[in-house]
Amino acid sequence: MQQKLKSTLENYAFVLPAVTIFFIFYVIPFIWVFQLGLYDWDGILPTKIFVGMDNFKEIIFQDKIWWQSMLNAGYMTAIALTFQNILAFLLALACDREIRMKNFYRLIFFIPPVLSEVVVGLVWQWILDGNYGLLNSWLAHFGMQNLVHNWLSDPQTALTAVAAVHSWKGFGWGFLLFLAGLQIIPRELYEAARVDGANAWVSFKKITLPMMVPVIIMVAILTILGTMQVFVLINTMTDGGPAYHTEVPVTRIFASMRGSSRFGYACAQGIIFGIILMALSFTQYRLSKKARN
Amino acid sequence: MKVFLRSTVIGLLGCLACGLSGCTPQNSGKGQAKITVWHWMTDRDAVFQKLAKDYEQKTGIKVNFELYAPSDVYSQKVRAAAQGNNLPDIFGILGEKRDFSSFIKAGHILDLTPYMEESKGAWKNKFFDKALAINEFAVGNSYGIKSGIYGVPIDMMTIQMLYNKDLFKELGLNPNKPPQTFSEFLEIGKKIKEKNLQGLVSGWGEVWMIDCFANNYAFNIMGKDKVMATIQGKVSYTDPDWIKVLTLFKEMQESGVLATGLVTMINKKAEQLFANGKAVFAFNGSWCVNVYKGMDPNLNYGAMLPPRANDKLPMSIWGGAGSSFLVNANSRNKEEAVKFLQWFTDKDQQAYLSQMINNLPANKESIKQLPGLLAQFSKDTEYATHPNLWEVSEFPAVIEAWDKGIQSIIIAEKTPEQVAEDVQKVKERELARKRK
Repeated sequence: MQQKLKSTLENYAFVLPAVTIFFIFYVIPFIWVFQLGLYDWDGILPTKIFVGMDNFKEIIFQDKIWWQSMLNAGYMTAIALTFQNILAFLLALACDREIRMKNFYRLIFFIPPVLSEVVVGLVWQWILDGNYGLLNSWLAHFGMQNLVHNWLSDPQTALTAVAAVHSWKGFGWGFLLFLAGLQIIPRELYEAARVDGANAWVSFKKITLPMMVPVIIMVAILTILGTMQVFVLINTMTDGGPAYHTEVPVTRIFASMRGSSRFGYACAQGIIFGIILMALSFTQYRLSKKARN
Repeated sequence: MKVFLRSTVIGLLGCLACGLSGCTPQNSGKGQAKITVWHWMTDRDAVFQKLAKDYEQKTGIKVNFELYAPSDVYSQKVRAAAQGNNLPDIFGILGEKRDFSSFIKAGHILDLTPYMEESKGAWKNKFFDKALAINEFAVGNSYGIKSGIYGVPIDMMTIQMLYNKDLFKELGLNPNKPPQTFSEFLEIGKKIKEKNLQGLVSGWGEVWMIDCFANNYAFNIMGKDKVMATIQGKVSYTDPDWIKVLTLFKEMQESGVLATGLVTMINKKAEQLFANGKAVFAFNGSWCVNVYKGMDPNLNYGAMLPPRANDKLPMSIWGGAGSSFLVNANSRNKEEAVKFLQWFTDKDQQAYLSQMINNLPANKESIKQLPGLLAQFSKDTEYATHPNLWEVSEFPAVIEAWDKGIQSIIIAEKTPEQVAEDVQKVKERELARKRK
């Protein structure tokens, strides 16, 4: 009995450092943030006014801009889930084959994700600039004057432009994960399928796609979480403008803290946003699991 | 196993001890005082360091200027330090007067009035009234702060309009006669459109500059009293005068006097466009003299007040103290910090600072040798006002709705009337929240 207890304690001792760190840096801050969400506080004064669930109610029932920002992030996520991930998957498929310079392509495709988001945002802002931007200059040069546009200042195109840059910046992660997934599919399966007369499309449909489902689920969840939390690109490219057209939840939380000095409100926004993200990830996971089964 | 357990416990205790040591107040050491100053002014850091060396040579007291940029990062750092009681001896606040008052209420800022009033107000009298006013709380102020002076201005600024004289000539205009009225300004917009040039550039993507521009015209159209009454909730934003202010933006957009992409333009980009001779007008602060000089020393431009929309009331511009330093009330070195600031704002140091970075000094005695354009900026401080000088301040949510609403007018998404209604709704919501 004593031996068993000792063994159990030993096992707990091994996970204790990780659990302690998790508790200090994740659980306690989460509780504090929730607690602050119940107060009206400017972040400076030592006194806080308890307002109960008022901040949460205001966000849910009155703050239209908050929900618009959620929709904007949802739109960006939809683009990332489709355009970005399909591109990443296709490129991974291409690089999984025996093609020349495949290592070079792998390196190239992974450059955008490792670049600083601030630098990427500023460079693309310059490229998409309505007055002297590179994109407009190229369009004009190649005779497509009618396409010359104020990409970031027009509400019709601003969010899509930022979403496209976000997808460009992020597709490398998906590419890497898809490539890793493709490389662990046993080659014998393809050989057997070929012997049975399956063409490339049938092999893709019957072998590649089913085998890749776990990776696709993981990439989709990471894409949702990453895109919903986009901030730096928005901050450097449009700062949420024009008007509220490129506002996303994190820029709103930041605005509540920085602009309005409503720390309690910002904390409540953070909690609501966190719950929505968890719900989205869980739903996505359940749906994908159902589809896989 | 025992060894493992022991090392784990020791490790965790070590981490805890290291973490706690980070909370120790600065400058707790004994001996010669060392003053720490936090600032965000990238362009001035080298000059500050030089002045710190001079001070050390003179007094033996080391002054350590620590730069934290950009300003957003600096601002968050100061707030976090205030929470942890880790503020340095001298620091600045970037924010509204409401934030300033919260820092005072929290006991972080030293009341400098006794030092300012010493020797018949010798220190106080060195400053321009408008430079000092931003750091002052009057008797019976609405923030509930004990009246007094809580900060030291280190420079002054005004935000006004600039025009490119060469482009004026290209447009067939007199380069020494900038537009005086709003209709003249709009007429130039038509010429700008014809010549396919860019009109007014400014950092209107960073919305506070829109607020500044709109406020100028609010004062010009309805006067200060009505603006203050609106902030107090006695006048609605749907009042015809406020709609007139919003309509100016619609008129500017329609006339072609605004540069394309203005609504998401950051000020740095605006400065580049103006300095490169691509834009006819700029709306910028007096710091631009140094910026433009760095970008193109031969840029041929002039400064002007925003063209009047109403002849009956004066035009106002934002201005007053540019940056201010505050003394940490809990600092062990507060006496030394005050002495340093007294030296730092003395005539010679202010003149040096002004000369090196082309800004407007806060010290009256240092203003004599200002170059032409800075002299013009300095002269225009007589028209200066600033939200931090007003007795009341608007809710940040209302300011945001107002500024973003103006962006909506410029992109032709909303009418001035719609924006006015939206702003008033936010105002009523905030008033209701305050009443709770």
